[in-house]
Amino acid sequence: MEKIIIVGAGPAGISAALYAARGNMDPLVVDNGIGALEKAEKIENYYGLECLLSGRELYERGLAQARRLGVRILNAQVLGIGGFDTFEVKTTKGSFEAESVILATGGKRSTPSIPGIRELEGRGVSYCAVCDAFFYRGKEVAVLGHSDFALHEAEELVNLASGVTIYTDGMEPEFSREHPIAVNTMKIQAIEGEGRVEGIRLQSDMMMQEEGQEQASFMPTDGVFVALGTAGSSEIARQMGAELTEKGHIKVDEKMESTIPGLFAAGDCTGGLLQVAKAVYEGCQAGISAIQYVRRRGKES
Amino acid sequence: MAKTITVQNFEEEVLKSDRPFLVDFWATWCGPCMRQGPIVEELAKEGYAVGKADVDKEAALAQKYGVMNIPTLIVFKDGKEAERLVGLTSKEKLKNIMDQM
Repeated sequence: MEKIIIVGAGPAGISAALYAARGNMDPLVVDNGIGALEKAEKIENYYGLECLLSGRELYERGLAQARRLGVRILNAQVLGIGGFDTFEVKTTKGSFEAESVILATGGKRSTPSIPGIRELEGRGVSYCAVCDAFFYRGKEVAVLGHSDFALHEAEELVNLASGVTIYTDGMEPEFSREHPIAVNTMKIQAIEGEGRVEGIRLQSDMMMQEEGQEQASFMPTDGVFVALGTAGSSEIARQMGAELTEKGHIKVDEKMESTIPGLFAAGDCTGGLLQVAKAVYEGCQAGISAIQYVRRRGKES
Repeated sequence: MAKTITVQNFEEEVLKSDRPFLVDFWATWCGPCMRQGPIVEELAKEGYAVGKADVDKEAALAQKYGVMNIPTLIVFKDGKEAERLVGLTSKEKLKNIMDQM
């Protein structure tokens, strides 16, 4: 079993890893590539950077620094985290058990808001396949998304639902393996239904319109499971049952611990300033708190 | 302790309750529900009228009230649904709602 798994390899995740490594916790970092840092062309306002660095250079330096301290870095996407006493971290490269987890995947990637999703939350729109699959026994369901996160959610549903279709909303599918689930890549216009989800309205195809055919096609469905983009910290935390703030960030205390004992969060996913300095501080604090948590846990058992 | 709500006792305990009654629809396989449970128990300890309905055992009840996500928390007042919260909900928020009724 791992002592500490860190999800994310940006300033928050790597800072946590540096402290965890120095605390002899031999942390495992799950890296799904560069996040918001990629947008920073030149970083001028971070302490000690005499020569300007791009966000990418900073990210790569961080990885190299962590590796030098012996931190293991796994290039994979996290699909979800389960377990009650310990944590089971499910990734595209297998599952890992850990005593403690630090979420540091960055903020939300902007995903297009599809009309109807918010309005029909709790009325057929769901964010947790494990929790809600039960209500769709023998029914037709849709999963919104285009990555392994969506595929993972779809697979939670196939055994119960009568039919499962993944809708990518115009995105190119990015599944890392073969699967038998139906995929529809058309753009979505809206999720529709009176009081509860009735179906998905797809945007009309230009070609079809020119030919004077029906404007937009309607795909009847009983439930819509949202798994857009890759699973970010907030999505993972929400499925685990951690509290989120009104703005959808992970709620943490001054130790960077979420409302679930042993689950910490750091960086953009906790809200506040979207700054490297803030992410580094929170990563440092989360790393130290996770070390204390694991040591305390060891003494109790 | 929070009452166990079933199809059989629903009318007596919930609909005929003389004060607002909170029902937590939950299941054992749902992570967020396992976090919601202790919050509901704390409300029970503080004297609020609360109960828990296991959707696995009381599927008919969940269906009757159109519960499609868990946890779902429904507050009943005077025999009718007065408020519905979907997803893990904090103790403060639940208390605010119950206190205002």
